[in-house]
Amino acid sequence: MNGLSIRGLTRSFPGQGRAAPTLALQPTDLDVRPGEFVSILGPSGCGKSTMLRIVAGLDRPTTGSIHWNGQSVTRPGRERGMVFQSYTLFPWLTVEQNIEFGPRERGASAAEARDIAATFIARTGLRGFERHWPRQLSGGMQQRTALARALANDPEILLLDEPFGALDHQTRELMQELLLEVWGADRPEQRKTVLFVTHDIDEAVFLANRVLVMSARPGRIKTELSVPLSYPRDWMVKTSPEFAAMKARLMSDIREEVRRAALG
Amino acid sequence: MLRGLRQNGCRNQSGGESLEPLKPISPLARVALGIAFFVVFLGTWAWVTGSGLVQPLFLASPLRALSAGWSLFAEYNFIGDIGMTVWRVLGGFLIAAAIAVPLGLLMGAYKGIEAFFEPFISFARYLPASAFIPLLILWAGVGEAQKLAVIILGSVFQIVIMVAVIAGGTRMDLVEAAYTLGSRGRGILRRVIIPAAAPQVMEALRLVLGWAWTYVIVAELIGAQSGIGHMIMDSQRLLDTGQMIFGIVVIGVIGLVTDYLFKSLNRRLFRWTAL
Repeated sequence: MNGLSIRGLTRSFPGQGRAAPTLALQPTDLDVRPGEFVSILGPSGCGKSTMLRIVAGLDRPTTGSIHWNGQSVTRPGRERGMVFQSYTLFPWLTVEQNIEFGPRERGASAAEARDIAATFIARTGLRGFERHWPRQLSGGMQQRTALARALANDPEILLLDEPFGALDHQTRELMQELLLEVWGADRPEQRKTVLFVTHDIDEAVFLANRVLVMSARPGRIKTELSVPLSYPRDWMVKTSPEFAAMKARLMSDIREEVRRAALG
Repeated sequence: MLRGLRQNGCRNQSGGESLEPLKPISPLARVALGIAFFVVFLGTWAWVTGSGLVQPLFLASPLRALSAGWSLFAEYNFIGDIGMTVWRVLGGFLIAAAIAVPLGLLMGAYKGIEAFFEPFISFARYLPASAFIPLLILWAGVGEAQKLAVIILGSVFQIVIMVAVIAGGTRMDLVEAAYTLGSRGRGILRRVIIPAAAPQVMEALRLVLGWAWTYVIVAELIGAQSGIGHMIMDSQRLLDTGQMIFGIVVIGVIGLVTDYLFKSLNRRLFRWTAL
């Protein structure tokens, strides 16, 4: 079967000393079709990042199985690219060299890697910054580079763990539009599969064609809604009645979970 | 001069204290203050020797030390001694680094290798290198091999431990990012752990090079025919405190120069760290 298939996935973390293990994820099933953009919304600590890390192969499930395009996921692989919330550019490499990292790692020649980097530098609006070091860039530019670095590796699925979480509101909205553009909002046949973790409802709805709401810890998928908005979308859809209705629905769902998380 | 600087400081700030904690000072004031202490130091030295407070037999005056230095260069081929000592320090240090840096990187990266070596090296680095000198003379004689061995013994374990800690502290999020970009085992070591650790490893080497200078002098005090330490030992026999002091000062100056060269090399190699 093509796409992502998660069956009975759970994750518990061993307790400290004699404490009982903490259950982070209740048994979870999820299917994502190729080319789909799925947002996962949830209060902090609900296990949404844990789920994403397991799909990336950076963490192991306690029970259950994950398959990507029919292959069992047991470790990280370049077909599953990731962008993290924290700034994870390699500080000793320039913007260009960061983007070349994946292609070079799979054995591309210097010239090939440079061509690939040039394509994604153009696509993510980084022209003129090729020779900058990450520390010379703003947060928004760093995350642009991180996105370009993940895309340059030509992954089949993009795992985005609150990639814009540390950015200011305006930069964030620009980055959302950029992400839809590079995802292929206007080129449905080229779209990559995307799993996008966030706690921002606007962001989840604006980007995705399906939104999942996770419950407070231990997490499970509580609500699943498809977004009745067509692509390409621009920021104006955030003012439409459909958007508002969706937002209202999700807000009440989330509030309930946040309250439960806060009260323990 | 000090009073002038202090008054300036007062005027800049809202008339408050001139000595505010953590408040930066101007570059000019920094240089001036640094030089000022050397002046105070030399002045005190000249005063205690010139006034007869301390007899010349025990402490030569600054001028006497300087002229002793001149005769060392002119008559006793002191430049040859300096060259010998520098050669020993660099030789021993480079051999130690060539062994210790790769081992430290492997220990930092692979926990099994670390578990194997770490307890022994933690013990070995407290073995005083100078205490090995009699044993090393027995094994290697009083030639160059013994001098190098003292420096290697004194530096190698320190470097291994420091490099292992640095490499082991590589940011996990960078390692994970590399995994998701398709890196595996050796690639992580070569393309993440080593470049991430490199600037701090070079800083650790700079520190240990300073220590290597103290080991070489100790090695040269015993059973050597050349070198700065040997010259100092010889001067003691002749009760020439001027030469002894000059020798010690020369060591300090060489240390300062190599430290400066090392620092500027690091700045050039790792420009990204300074941003």
